[in-house]
Amino acid sequence: MSFHNYEEMAAMILFGIGFTTLLLQKNLIKKIIGFSMMDSAIYLFLAAKGFIEGRKAPIVVDGVTAMEAYINPIPAGLVLTGIVVSVSVTALMLALTVRLYRRYHTLDIDRITALVRREEQ
Amino acid sequence: MELWQSIPFACILLPLGSAAATSVMKRNLAKYWTFFVMTAVTTLSIIFVVLMSRFEAGSYTYMMGHYPAPWGNEIRAGMLEAVTALFFNVIMMLSLMGGLKKLEEHLLIDKQPLYYVMLLLLTAALMAQVYTNDLFTAYVFLEIMTIAACSLITARTRGRTLVAATRYMIMNLLGSGLFLLGITLLYDLTGHLLMSNIKEAVAELARSGQYQMPLTVVVAIMSIGLGIKSALFPFHTWVPDAYGYSTPTSAAVLSSLVSKGYIFLLLKIFYRVIGLDVIASTGILDILFVFALVGMVMGSISAIRQSDIRRMIAFSSVAQIGYIFMGMGLGNEQGMTAAVFHIFAHAVCKAMLFLAAGGLADASGNSKQFRDLRGSGFRSPIAGVAFTIGALSMVGFPFLGGFTSKMNFAMAAMGSGDIRMMLVLIVLVISTWLNTIYFLKTVITIYRKPLPEASYPVERGRRGFCFNESLVLFSLVNVALGLFSQGIIEAISNGLRNFG
Repeated sequence: MSFHNYEEMAAMILFGIGFTTLLLQKNLIKKIIGFSMMDSAIYLFLAAKGFIEGRKAPIVVDGVTAMEAYINPIPAGLVLTGIVVSVSVTALMLALTVRLYRRYHTLDIDRITALVRREEQ
Repeated sequence: MELWQSIPFACILLPLGSAAATSVMKRNLAKYWTFFVMTAVTTLSIIFVVLMSRFEAGSYTYMMGHYPAPWGNEIRAGMLEAVTALFFNVIMMLSLMGGLKKLEEHLLIDKQPLYYVMLLLLTAALMAQVYTNDLFTAYVFLEIMTIAACSLITARTRGRTLVAATRYMIMNLLGSGLFLLGITLLYDLTGHLLMSNIKEAVAELARSGQYQMPLTVVVAIMSIGLGIKSALFPFHTWVPDAYGYSTPTSAAVLSSLVSKGYIFLLLKIFYRVIGLDVIASTGILDILFVFALVGMVMGSISAIRQSDIRRMIAFSSVAQIGYIFMGMGLGNEQGMTAAVFHIFAHAVCKAMLFLAAGGLADASGNSKQFRDLRGSGFRSPIAGVAFTIGALSMVGFPFLGGFTSKMNFAMAAMGSGDIRMMLVLIVLVISTWLNTIYFLKTVITIYRKPLPEASYPVERGRRGFCFNESLVLFSLVNVALGLFSQGIIEAISNGLRNFG
């Protein structure tokens, strides 16, 4: 049995890297990078699943209507929708980061938390 | 297809469209328009519940854009969705009403219309979450809900809320990342995105014994993803700051609606996407069950240690989310019914507690510390009474919602296996005991004589008609939930039967 799910495997590894970065990194920008990696990994997975060697996007040209000539367009649609969602979330995260940086002059979430606690007292 | 069956669609579209329109409105117009939309959606939900209870078939699907099943997008509505939508809308409206004055105090004037935009978006997302029959639509509205909720936290800009919002976003992004991966894998396994179609395919897979491992993984990451998003115990670190320092309306809406929206979606996945028997065979319910039990105790213990009333209520939410997941973790019909009932009971109660706590703090020179709150029950009588009712309901005083849900949890536990029954009953007793400690301590505190050296501004201006009205209505809903619990539970269990 030959192994050929390279894209899927790469996607899962990237997802893992992104997930851990988002979870464990202290630096907010690195966290956002991790988030982008995580989401992109899922899109890679979807795109890999939606592609079949030798078939085309389902736009009928030259009157070919056989099902075998085309791929399922839904995974690509999902990728596009997902990209829109993750772009807006990234923008929101970046905006939060900018506000935190202007206020506390650091990107380290733990230090920011400590500064906030001190500010309260 | 009759006209009334379009109500769920209207409940999603009206707030969504209004959110866009509100962004260009002036402050007062935005406020009145938001109230109008919320009233309209609530009224529509009431009508829908009435019509649904007369609808023989129990549930129906509604095609969006007139494309039939495997291609089009669908809404599906039954009794459970109708009741849930009604509760969510009522709570949303009352929370906005109760926190209105505080909100105008806390927010910059030119930022206020944007708050209404986010609130309307949140309503639309919640309604979509409740009614949708499409997994990817659910994901998109899940993210809209997250973004709106994050904006609600940061609406009152302080260091604490910014950090809380950042932590909230990070945890939520982890959750939605897992959820999206789950959808992707499930789509890969079954080839469908509509929930009912996925269930058929999953049943086929379960029969043939294929792909058992990937299916288990999918169920696990989806459950954990939504568990993270709804602040299940080990993932609750953002809760106290987010609920404790935002403006009261935000805290009420976040604790009672946003987390419940995610739980409702998880319930939908259990019933409609995967099927309860397949879920039970994967063992994920046991994991949720254990997290829930630990959360019920740990949340309460953390709540006892707080000296700030808002943070205490926030930690109490963690414990209550534990109750809900415990009911789901029991895996039987009664457990699920009890969990759904507790979603309502906790939502109604927690929103009222947050608003009342805001009123009490206001009557104590804007301090949320217990030592300053002494005697605040006399200074702000309606808030005091409302807080007492809420506290008694959370503790499980008879004739209130909390009592019914605790009784139902215990009854559901009787119907499950030996070890689970013992565990649930023991933890239920411990948790109730802890609840009593911190809630009754607070109630006693607010009715004690103030410290001799304390002085409060004599009359800080009345909280206004809206605040009182909202707390009175909330109290009525709470009492009604306890008194008419039998009918509501019947509606829930009927709804659950048609849910899958």
